[in-house]
Amino acid sequence: MIDISNLTFSYPGQPNLFDGFSISISEGECWSIIGPSGCGKTTLLYFMSRLIKPNSGSVRIDGEVSIRPRPKTGLVLQDHGLLPWSTTQKNVSLGFNVRRFYGPDGLHAPSGSKMNRKTELQIVDHWLNRLGISDLRDKYPSQMSRGQRQRAALARTLALSPDLLLMDEPFSALDAPTRKDLQDLVIELNRERNMTCVTVTHNIDEAVFMGQKILILARSINSEPVVIDNPSATDLNHDSFQAMCQKIENRLERSA
Amino acid sequence: MKRSLNLATILSGVLMILLFWLGLSWLLNSPVMPSPIDVIPIFIFSMAGDLGIHFLASTGRVLASITLAVITAVPAGLALGQMPSVNRIFDPLIAIIYPIPKIVFLPVIYILLGITDISKIFLIAVIVFFQILVVVRDEASGLHPELILSVRSIGAGRRALFRFVYIPASLPAVLTAVRISIGTAVAVLFIAEQSLTTWGLGYYIIVETYQVLLYPEMYAGILGMSLLGLSLYFLVDYLERKVNRHLYLDN
Repeated sequence: MIDISNLTFSYPGQPNLFDGFSISISEGECWSIIGPSGCGKTTLLYFMSRLIKPNSGSVRIDGEVSIRPRPKTGLVLQDHGLLPWSTTQKNVSLGFNVRRFYGPDGLHAPSGSKMNRKTELQIVDHWLNRLGISDLRDKYPSQMSRGQRQRAALARTLALSPDLLLMDEPFSALDAPTRKDLQDLVIELNRERNMTCVTVTHNIDEAVFMGQKILILARSINSEPVVIDNPSATDLNHDSFQAMCQKIENRLERSA
Repeated sequence: MKRSLNLATILSGVLMILLFWLGLSWLLNSPVMPSPIDVIPIFIFSMAGDLGIHFLASTGRVLASITLAVITAVPAGLALGQMPSVNRIFDPLIAIIYPIPKIVFLPVIYILLGITDISKIFLIAVIVFFQILVVVRDEASGLHPELILSVRSIGAGRRALFRFVYIPASLPAVLTAVRISIGTAVAVLFIAEQSLTTWGLGYYIIVETYQVLLYPEMYAGILGMSLLGLSLYFLVDYLERKVNRHLYLDN
Protein backbone atom coordinates (compact mmCIF):
# COMPACT_ATOMS: atom_id res chain seq x y z
CA MET A 1 0.00 0.00 0.00
CA ILE A 2 2.72 2.47 1.01
CA ASP A 3 6.24 2.23 -0.39
CA ILE A 4 8.69 4.85 0.71
CA SER A 5 12.14 4.43 -0.72
CA ASN A 6 15.32 6.38 -0.21
CA LEU A 7 13.47 9.35 1.24
CA THR A 8 15.57 12.39 2.05
CA PHE A 9 14.06 15.51 3.51
CA SER A 10 14.84 18.59 5.55
CA TYR A 11 12.90 21.75 6.24
CA PRO A 12 14.65 24.80 4.73
CA GLY A 13 17.65 25.81 6.83
CA GLN A 14 17.44 22.79 9.13
CA PRO A 15 19.37 19.52 9.34
CA ASN A 16 18.00 16.46 7.57
CA LEU A 17 15.06 14.75 9.24
CA PHE A 18 15.26 11.78 6.90
CA ASP A 19 18.22 10.52 4.93
CA GLY A 20 17.85 7.49 2.68
CA PHE A 21 14.83 6.34 4.69
CA SER A 22 12.80 3.42 3.32
CA ILE A 23 9.76 1.67 4.64
CA SER A 24 6.97 -0.46 3.25
CA ILE A 25 3.47 -0.85 4.66
CA SER A 26 1.24 -3.60 3.27
CA GLU A 27 -2.44 -3.38 2.57
CA GLY A 28 -4.65 -3.97 5.60
CA GLU A 29 -1.90 -3.43 8.14
CA CYS A 30 -2.21 -1.22 11.20
CA TRP A 31 0.86 0.83 12.02
CA SER A 32 1.79 3.20 14.81
CA ILE A 33 4.48 5.83 14.51
CA ILE A 34 5.95 7.06 17.78
CA GLY A 35 8.87 9.27 18.73
CA PRO A 36 9.84 12.45 20.57
CA SER A 37 8.45 15.74 19.30
CA GLY A 38 10.37 17.13 16.36
CA CYS A 39 11.41 13.67 15.16
CA GLY A 40 9.42 13.98 11.94
CA LYS A 41 6.45 11.71 12.63
CA THR A 42 3.92 14.24 11.38
CA THR A 43 6.17 15.04 8.42
CA LEU A 44 6.26 11.34 7.52
CA LEU A 45 2.46 11.25 7.66
CA TYR A 46 2.29 14.27 5.35
CA PHE A 47 4.47 12.37 2.85
CA MET A 48 2.05 9.46 3.00
CA SER A 49 -0.88 11.80 2.40
CA ARG A 50 1.21 13.55 -0.26
CA LEU A 51 0.65 17.01 1.11
CA ILE A 52 4.39 17.65 0.89
CA LYS A 53 7.14 16.41 -1.39
CA PRO A 54 10.46 14.85 -0.32
CA ASN A 55 13.74 16.47 -1.42
CA SER A 56 14.63 13.17 -3.02
CA GLY A 57 13.43 9.59 -2.97
CA SER A 58 9.95 8.38 -3.79
CA VAL A 59 6.64 7.84 -2.04
CA ARG A 60 4.46 5.27 -3.77
CA ILE A 61 0.90 4.79 -2.64
CA ASP A 62 -0.89 1.79 -4.12
CA GLY A 63 1.87 1.58 -6.71
CA GLU A 64 1.58 5.10 -8.10
CA VAL A 65 3.77 8.15 -7.63
CA SER A 66 1.86 11.39 -7.80
CA ILE A 67 2.20 14.85 -6.40
CA ARG A 68 -1.34 15.49 -5.27
CA PRO A 69 -3.37 14.01 -2.40
CA ARG A 70 -4.94 10.73 -3.40
CA PRO A 71 -8.76 10.65 -3.27
CA LYS A 72 -8.91 7.31 -1.45
CA THR A 73 -6.53 8.34 1.33
CA GLY A 74 -8.15 9.76 4.45
CA LEU A 75 -6.28 12.09 6.80
CA VAL A 76 -7.39 13.03 10.31
CA LEU A 77 -5.50 15.73 12.19
CA GLN A 78 -5.60 16.49 15.87
CA ASP A 79 -7.69 19.65 15.81
CA HIS A 80 -8.71 22.61 13.68
CA GLY A 81 -9.68 20.33 10.82
CA LEU A 82 -13.36 21.30 10.75
CA LEU A 83 -14.73 24.40 9.04
CA PRO A 84 -15.79 26.70 11.89
CA TRP A 85 -18.57 28.26 9.80
CA SER A 86 -20.24 24.95 8.90
CA THR A 87 -22.51 22.69 10.88
CA THR A 88 -21.52 19.10 11.64
CA GLN A 89 -23.71 17.84 8.83
CA LYS A 90 -22.08 20.25 6.34
CA ASN A 91 -18.61 19.43 7.63
CA VAL A 92 -19.14 15.71 7.23
CA SER A 93 -20.49 16.32 3.70
CA LEU A 94 -17.49 18.46 2.74
CA GLY A 95 -15.69 15.65 0.92
CA PHE A 96 -18.72 15.00 -1.29
CA ASN A 97 -19.14 18.70 -1.97
CA VAL A 98 -15.50 19.05 -3.00
CA ARG A 99 -15.88 16.02 -5.26
CA ARG A 100 -19.00 17.41 -6.85
CA PHE A 101 -17.17 20.72 -7.36
CA TYR A 102 -14.60 19.00 -9.56
CA GLY A 103 -16.65 16.15 -10.95
CA PRO A 104 -15.19 12.62 -11.14
CA ASP A 105 -11.94 13.67 -12.82
CA GLY A 106 -9.68 11.04 -11.28
CA LEU A 107 -7.41 13.73 -9.84
CA HIS A 108 -9.41 15.31 -7.05
CA ALA A 109 -12.10 12.65 -6.92
CA PRO A 110 -12.01 8.98 -7.94
CA SER A 111 -12.94 8.66 -11.60
CA GLY A 112 -16.24 7.01 -12.31
CA SER A 113 -17.50 7.68 -8.80
CA LYS A 114 -20.91 8.96 -9.73
CA MET A 115 -23.12 9.54 -6.77
CA ASN A 116 -26.38 11.31 -6.34
CA ARG A 117 -27.10 13.68 -3.51
CA LYS A 118 -29.50 11.30 -1.85
CA THR A 119 -26.96 8.50 -1.53
CA GLU A 120 -24.41 10.98 -0.23
CA LEU A 121 -26.79 12.25 2.42
CA GLN A 122 -27.52 8.67 3.45
CA ILE A 123 -23.82 7.95 3.79
CA VAL A 124 -23.35 11.10 5.85
CA ASP A 125 -26.27 10.08 8.07
CA HIS A 126 -24.82 6.61 8.45
CA TRP A 127 -21.51 7.95 9.76
CA LEU A 128 -23.13 10.56 11.97
CA ASN A 129 -25.05 7.69 13.56
CA ARG A 130 -22.15 5.32 13.76
CA LEU A 131 -20.03 7.95 15.50
CA GLY A 132 -22.89 8.89 17.80
CA ILE A 133 -23.12 12.53 16.74
CA SER A 134 -26.36 12.54 14.77
CA ASP A 135 -28.05 14.83 17.29
CA LEU A 136 -25.24 17.35 16.79
CA ARG A 137 -25.83 17.63 13.04
CA ASP A 138 -26.88 21.28 13.24
CA LYS A 139 -24.24 22.37 15.75
CA TYR A 140 -21.17 24.37 14.83
CA PRO A 141 -17.69 23.19 15.91
CA SER A 142 -17.47 25.92 18.56
CA GLN A 143 -20.54 24.44 20.24
CA MET A 144 -19.03 20.98 20.52
CA SER A 145 -16.51 19.33 22.83
CA ARG A 146 -13.15 18.23 21.50
CA GLY A 147 -14.25 14.61 21.50
CA GLN A 148 -17.34 15.47 19.48
CA ARG A 149 -15.28 17.50 17.02
CA GLN A 150 -12.86 14.62 16.60
CA ARG A 151 -15.77 12.28 15.92
CA ALA A 152 -17.03 14.69 13.28
CA ALA A 153 -13.57 14.89 11.68
CA LEU A 154 -13.42 11.10 11.62
CA ALA A 155 -16.92 10.87 10.13
CA ARG A 156 -15.95 13.32 7.39
CA THR A 157 -12.98 11.19 6.42
CA LEU A 158 -14.76 7.83 6.69
CA ALA A 159 -17.72 9.05 4.62
CA LEU A 160 -15.39 9.01 1.60
CA SER A 161 -14.67 5.29 2.26
CA PRO A 162 -10.87 5.52 2.31
CA ASP A 163 -8.74 2.42 1.86
CA LEU A 164 -5.90 4.14 3.72
CA LEU A 165 -6.50 6.05 6.94
CA LEU A 166 -3.75 8.34 8.23
CA MET A 167 -4.18 9.88 11.66
CA ASP A 168 -2.01 12.46 13.42
CA GLU A 169 -2.45 12.26 17.20
CA PRO A 170 -6.14 11.78 16.56
CA PHE A 171 -7.22 10.94 20.08
CA SER A 172 -4.63 12.64 22.27
CA ALA A 173 -6.89 15.43 23.50
CA LEU A 174 -9.77 13.14 24.38
CA ASP A 175 -10.88 11.65 27.67
CA ALA A 176 -10.14 7.97 28.21
CA PRO A 177 -13.56 6.42 27.39
CA THR A 178 -13.93 8.49 24.21
CA ARG A 179 -10.41 7.59 23.15
CA LYS A 180 -11.04 3.89 23.68
CA ASP A 181 -14.30 4.14 21.79
CA LEU A 182 -12.72 5.72 18.72
CA GLN A 183 -9.68 3.44 18.79
CA ASP A 184 -12.04 0.45 18.78
CA LEU A 185 -13.97 1.90 15.87
CA VAL A 186 -10.83 2.35 13.77
CA ILE A 187 -9.68 -1.22 14.53
CA GLU A 188 -13.16 -2.47 13.62
CA LEU A 189 -13.04 -0.69 10.26
CA ASN A 190 -9.57 -2.04 9.63
CA ARG A 191 -10.94 -5.57 10.01
CA GLU A 192 -14.27 -4.93 8.33
CA ARG A 193 -12.96 -3.43 5.10
CA ASN A 194 -9.25 -4.19 5.20
CA MET A 195 -8.51 -0.49 5.58
CA THR A 196 -4.83 0.26 6.09
CA CYS A 197 -4.23 2.45 9.16
CA VAL A 198 -1.31 4.58 10.24
CA THR A 199 -1.53 6.35 13.60
CA VAL A 200 0.98 8.95 14.70
CA THR A 201 1.03 9.26 18.49
CA HIS A 202 3.20 10.23 21.42
CA ASN A 203 1.24 7.97 23.73
CA ILE A 204 2.91 4.57 24.28
CA ASP A 205 -0.30 2.75 25.24
CA GLU A 206 -1.99 4.04 22.12
CA ALA A 207 0.96 3.07 19.93
CA VAL A 208 0.88 -0.48 21.31
CA PHE A 209 -2.90 -0.73 21.03
CA MET A 210 -3.16 0.64 17.48
CA GLY A 211 -0.05 -0.79 15.84
CA GLN A 212 0.58 -4.33 14.70
CA LYS A 213 3.86 -2.77 13.73
CA ILE A 214 5.36 0.13 15.61
CA LEU A 215 7.77 2.49 13.89
CA ILE A 216 10.04 4.37 16.28
CA LEU A 217 11.55 7.59 15.00
CA ALA A 218 14.53 9.31 16.57
CA ARG A 219 15.21 12.99 17.03
CA SER A 220 18.42 12.64 15.03
CA ILE A 221 18.52 11.81 11.31
CA ASN A 222 16.31 8.83 10.47
CA SER A 223 17.94 6.44 8.02
CA GLU A 224 17.33 2.86 9.15
CA PRO A 225 13.71 2.44 10.26
CA VAL A 226 13.26 0.89 13.72
CA VAL A 227 10.16 -1.29 13.42
CA ILE A 228 8.86 -3.51 16.19
CA ASP A 229 6.41 -6.34 15.54
CA ASN A 230 3.66 -6.17 18.07
CA PRO A 231 1.50 -9.28 18.55
CA SER A 232 -0.38 -7.67 21.44
CA ALA A 233 -1.95 -4.96 19.31
CA THR A 234 -5.67 -4.27 19.91
CA ASP A 235 -5.66 -6.55 22.94
CA LEU A 236 -5.20 -4.78 26.28
CA ASN A 237 -5.37 -8.12 28.10
CA HIS A 238 -2.72 -9.77 26.01
CA ASP A 239 0.07 -11.33 28.14
CA SER A 240 2.72 -9.20 26.56
CA PHE A 241 0.84 -5.88 26.32
CA GLN A 242 2.52 -4.33 29.35
CA ALA A 243 5.87 -5.83 28.38
CA MET A 244 5.52 -4.31 24.92
CA CYS A 245 4.78 -0.89 26.43
CA GLN A 246 7.88 -1.23 28.56
CA LYS A 247 9.94 -2.26 25.56
CA ILE A 248 8.79 0.76 23.53
CA GLU A 249 9.49 3.04 26.46
CA ASN A 250 13.06 1.69 26.71
CA ARG A 251 13.62 2.14 22.99
CA LEU A 252 12.35 5.72 23.15
CA GLU A 253 14.64 6.53 26.05
CA ARG A 254 17.59 5.11 24.18
CA SER A 255 16.84 7.12 21.03
CA ALA A 256 16.26 10.38 22.91
CA MET B 1 -19.87 39.20 21.43
CA LYS B 2 -21.42 40.85 18.42
CA ARG B 3 -24.53 42.82 19.10
CA SER B 4 -26.95 44.04 16.52
CA LEU B 5 -29.59 46.71 16.60
CA ASN B 6 -33.10 45.41 16.89
CA LEU B 7 -36.18 47.20 15.71
CA ALA B 8 -37.03 48.65 19.11
CA THR B 9 -33.56 50.20 19.45
CA ILE B 10 -33.77 51.71 15.98
CA LEU B 11 -37.23 53.15 16.52
CA SER B 12 -36.41 54.66 19.88
CA GLY B 13 -33.19 56.11 18.42
CA VAL B 14 -35.10 57.74 15.57
CA LEU B 15 -37.70 59.05 18.00
CA MET B 16 -35.01 60.59 20.21
CA ILE B 17 -33.40 62.35 17.25
CA LEU B 18 -36.78 63.74 16.16
CA LEU B 19 -37.52 64.99 19.68
CA PHE B 20 -34.09 66.57 19.95
CA TRP B 21 -34.53 68.18 16.55
CA LEU B 22 -38.00 69.44 17.49
CA GLY B 23 -36.67 70.94 20.72
CA LEU B 24 -33.77 72.61 18.96
CA SER B 25 -35.96 74.16 16.28
CA TRP B 26 -38.37 75.39 18.95
CA LEU B 27 -35.47 76.89 20.98
CA LEU B 28 -33.73 78.56 18.03
CA ASN B 29 -36.97 79.61 16.38
CA SER B 30 -35.12 80.53 13.19
CA PRO B 31 -35.48 79.63 9.49
CA VAL B 32 -32.03 77.94 9.58
CA MET B 33 -33.48 75.24 11.85
CA PRO B 34 -36.91 74.28 10.52
CA SER B 35 -38.88 71.77 12.55
CA PRO B 36 -39.14 68.13 11.44
CA ILE B 37 -42.87 68.68 11.14
CA ASP B 38 -42.14 70.98 8.20
CA VAL B 39 -39.23 69.00 6.76
CA ILE B 40 -40.61 65.47 6.76
CA PRO B 41 -43.56 66.20 4.42
CA ILE B 42 -41.16 68.03 2.07
CA PHE B 43 -38.81 65.04 2.26
CA ILE B 44 -41.52 62.55 1.40
CA PHE B 45 -42.86 64.78 -1.36
CA SER B 46 -39.44 65.44 -2.96
CA MET B 47 -38.37 61.83 -2.74
CA ALA B 48 -41.09 61.16 -5.29
CA GLY B 49 -39.51 63.84 -7.49
CA ASP B 50 -36.05 65.30 -7.97
CA LEU B 51 -34.66 64.35 -4.56
CA GLY B 52 -35.45 60.72 -5.38
CA ILE B 53 -33.30 60.94 -8.50
CA HIS B 54 -30.47 62.56 -6.53
CA PHE B 55 -30.83 59.77 -3.98
CA LEU B 56 -30.63 57.10 -6.66
CA ALA B 57 -27.60 58.75 -8.27
CA SER B 58 -25.75 58.71 -4.93
CA THR B 59 -26.83 55.15 -4.14
CA GLY B 60 -25.62 53.98 -7.54
CA ARG B 61 -22.20 55.59 -7.02
CA VAL B 62 -21.73 54.11 -3.54
CA LEU B 63 -22.82 50.63 -4.59
CA ALA B 64 -20.59 50.71 -7.68
CA SER B 65 -17.64 51.82 -5.54
CA ILE B 66 -18.15 49.14 -2.91
CA THR B 67 -18.60 46.44 -5.55
CA LEU B 68 -15.44 47.54 -7.33
CA ALA B 69 -13.54 47.58 -4.02
CA VAL B 70 -14.79 44.13 -2.95
CA ILE B 71 -14.01 42.36 -6.22
CA THR B 72 -10.47 43.72 -6.28
CA ALA B 73 -9.57 43.78 -2.57
CA VAL B 74 -10.78 40.28 -1.65
CA PRO B 75 -8.58 38.35 -4.12
CA ALA B 76 -5.64 40.68 -3.39
CA GLY B 77 -6.08 40.28 0.37
CA LEU B 78 -6.36 36.50 0.10
CA ALA B 79 -3.24 36.35 -2.04
CA LEU B 80 -1.24 38.50 0.37
CA GLY B 81 -2.51 36.55 3.38
CA GLN B 82 -1.54 33.21 1.92
CA MET B 83 1.79 34.29 0.40
CA PRO B 84 3.96 35.72 3.19
CA SER B 85 6.83 36.47 0.81
CA VAL B 86 4.65 38.68 -1.39
CA ASN B 87 3.11 40.27 1.68
CA ARG B 88 6.55 41.21 3.01
CA ILE B 89 7.21 43.16 -0.20
CA PHE B 90 3.92 45.08 -0.20
CA ASP B 91 3.46 45.50 3.54
CA PRO B 92 5.41 48.80 3.88
CA LEU B 93 3.49 50.30 0.96
CA ILE B 94 0.13 49.31 2.42
CA ALA B 95 1.16 50.49 5.88
CA ILE B 96 1.94 53.95 4.48
CA ILE B 97 -1.05 54.31 2.16
CA TYR B 98 -3.62 52.91 4.59
CA PRO B 99 -3.79 55.89 6.99
CA ILE B 100 -3.51 58.62 4.31
CA PRO B 101 -6.87 60.38 3.84
CA LYS B 102 -7.29 59.43 0.22
CA ILE B 103 -9.82 62.16 -0.49
CA VAL B 104 -6.89 64.54 -1.01
CA PHE B 105 -6.21 62.63 -4.21
CA LEU B 106 -9.56 63.82 -5.60
CA PRO B 107 -8.03 66.49 -7.90
CA VAL B 108 -5.35 64.02 -9.05
CA ILE B 109 -8.00 61.49 -9.93
CA TYR B 110 -10.00 64.15 -11.78
CA ILE B 111 -6.91 65.06 -13.80
CA LEU B 112 -6.04 61.46 -14.59
CA LEU B 113 -9.48 59.94 -15.10
CA GLY B 114 -11.39 62.96 -16.27
CA ILE B 115 -14.40 64.70 -14.79
CA THR B 116 -16.83 61.82 -14.93
CA ASP B 117 -18.67 59.58 -12.52
CA ILE B 118 -15.86 57.11 -12.92
CA SER B 119 -13.52 59.43 -11.00
CA LYS B 120 -15.90 59.73 -8.06
CA ILE B 121 -16.57 55.97 -8.02
CA PHE B 122 -12.86 55.25 -8.27
CA LEU B 123 -12.00 57.54 -5.36
CA ILE B 124 -14.48 55.89 -3.01
CA ALA B 125 -13.45 52.44 -4.24
CA VAL B 126 -9.81 53.22 -3.38
CA ILE B 127 -10.75 54.18 0.17
CA VAL B 128 -12.87 51.07 0.74
CA PHE B 129 -10.29 48.90 -1.06
CA PHE B 130 -7.62 49.43 1.58
CA GLN B 131 -9.99 48.80 4.46
CA ILE B 132 -11.06 45.46 2.97
CA LEU B 133 -7.57 44.53 1.79
CA VAL B 134 -6.09 44.77 5.26
CA VAL B 135 -8.76 42.78 7.09
CA VAL B 136 -8.97 40.06 4.45
CA ARG B 137 -5.19 39.71 4.42
CA ASP B 138 -5.05 39.37 8.20
CA GLU B 139 -7.94 36.91 8.19
CA ALA B 140 -6.36 34.76 5.47
CA SER B 141 -2.98 34.67 7.20
CA GLY B 142 -4.64 33.68 10.48
CA LEU B 143 -6.21 30.51 9.08
CA HIS B 144 -4.96 27.36 10.82
CA PRO B 145 -2.56 25.49 8.53
CA GLU B 146 -4.17 22.26 9.80
CA LEU B 147 -7.51 23.39 8.42
CA ILE B 148 -6.06 23.95 4.97
CA LEU B 149 -4.09 20.69 5.05
CA SER B 150 -7.08 18.64 6.05
CA VAL B 151 -9.28 20.18 3.37
CA ARG B 152 -6.51 19.60 0.82
CA SER B 153 -6.28 15.98 1.94
CA ILE B 154 -9.95 15.56 1.05
CA GLY B 155 -8.98 16.39 -2.51
CA ALA B 156 -9.37 20.15 -2.64
CA GLY B 157 -7.03 21.94 -5.03
CA ARG B 158 -6.56 25.69 -5.26
CA ARG B 159 -9.98 26.40 -6.74
CA ALA B 160 -11.86 24.30 -4.19
CA LEU B 161 -9.84 25.88 -1.37
CA PHE B 162 -11.07 29.28 -2.50
CA ARG B 163 -14.62 28.05 -2.76
CA PHE B 164 -14.75 26.07 0.49
CA VAL B 165 -12.18 27.73 2.74
CA TYR B 166 -10.82 31.14 1.77
CA ILE B 167 -14.03 32.80 0.63
CA PRO B 168 -16.21 31.64 3.54
CA ALA B 169 -13.39 32.33 5.99
CA SER B 170 -12.94 35.92 4.86
CA LEU B 171 -16.60 36.75 4.26
CA PRO B 172 -17.22 37.89 7.86
CA ALA B 173 -14.17 40.17 7.69
CA VAL B 174 -15.22 41.54 4.29
CA LEU B 175 -18.69 42.39 5.54
CA THR B 176 -17.32 43.98 8.71
CA ALA B 177 -14.88 46.05 6.65
CA VAL B 178 -17.66 47.13 4.28
CA ARG B 179 -19.94 48.03 7.17
CA ILE B 180 -17.22 50.10 8.83
CA SER B 181 -16.22 51.85 5.61
CA ILE B 182 -19.78 52.80 4.63
CA GLY B 183 -19.56 55.91 6.84
CA THR B 184 -16.36 57.04 5.13
CA ALA B 185 -17.70 56.14 1.70
CA VAL B 186 -20.84 58.24 2.14
CA ALA B 187 -18.82 61.14 3.59
CA VAL B 188 -16.43 61.13 0.64
CA LEU B 189 -19.37 60.83 -1.73
CA PHE B 190 -20.89 63.94 -0.14
CA ILE B 191 -17.74 65.92 -0.83
CA ALA B 192 -17.15 64.50 -4.29
CA GLU B 193 -20.71 65.25 -5.35
CA GLN B 194 -20.51 68.94 -4.47
CA SER B 195 -18.88 69.77 -7.74
CA LEU B 196 -18.61 68.60 -11.32
CA THR B 197 -21.96 66.86 -11.42
CA THR B 198 -25.59 67.87 -11.41
CA TRP B 199 -27.06 64.79 -9.78
CA GLY B 200 -26.41 63.36 -6.33
CA LEU B 201 -27.32 64.22 -2.76
CA GLY B 202 -24.09 66.17 -2.22
CA TYR B 203 -25.00 68.45 -5.12
CA TYR B 204 -28.60 68.74 -3.95
CA ILE B 205 -27.67 69.65 -0.38
CA ILE B 206 -24.92 72.15 -1.17
CA VAL B 207 -25.65 73.66 -4.58
CA GLU B 208 -29.41 73.34 -5.04
CA THR B 209 -30.54 74.11 -1.51
CA TYR B 210 -27.87 75.43 0.89
CA GLN B 211 -26.41 78.00 -1.51
CA VAL B 212 -29.87 79.33 -2.40
CA LEU B 213 -31.09 79.33 1.20
CA LEU B 214 -33.79 76.68 0.74
CA TYR B 215 -33.36 75.42 4.31
CA PRO B 216 -36.28 72.99 4.63
CA GLU B 217 -35.23 71.36 1.33
CA MET B 218 -31.64 71.25 2.53
CA TYR B 219 -32.76 69.31 5.60
CA ALA B 220 -34.73 66.99 3.37
CA GLY B 221 -31.47 66.34 1.51
CA ILE B 222 -29.65 65.68 4.77
CA LEU B 223 -32.40 63.22 5.70
CA GLY B 224 -31.86 61.54 2.33
CA MET B 225 -28.14 61.21 2.91
CA SER B 226 -28.73 59.83 6.41
CA LEU B 227 -31.22 57.35 5.02
CA LEU B 228 -28.67 56.24 2.44
CA GLY B 229 -25.98 55.65 5.07
CA LEU B 230 -28.36 53.90 7.45
CA SER B 231 -29.90 51.64 4.80
CA LEU B 232 -26.50 50.50 3.58
CA TYR B 233 -25.35 49.91 7.13
CA PHE B 234 -28.38 47.82 7.99
CA LEU B 235 -28.22 45.95 4.70
CA VAL B 236 -24.65 44.85 5.44
CA ASP B 237 -25.53 44.15 9.06
CA TYR B 238 -28.36 41.90 7.88
CA LEU B 239 -26.03 40.08 5.47
CA GLU B 240 -23.46 39.58 8.23
CA ARG B 241 -26.07 38.01 10.43
CA LYS B 242 -27.31 35.76 7.66
CA VAL B 243 -23.91 34.65 6.44
CA ASN B 244 -22.15 34.28 9.78
CA ARG B 245 -24.57 32.33 11.84
CA HIS B 246 -21.68 30.62 13.58
CA LEU B 247 -20.55 33.95 15.05
CA TYR B 248 -23.91 34.78 16.56
CA LEU B 249 -24.52 31.66 18.60
CA ASP B 250 -25.81 32.08 22.10
CA ASN B 251 -24.46 29.15 24.02
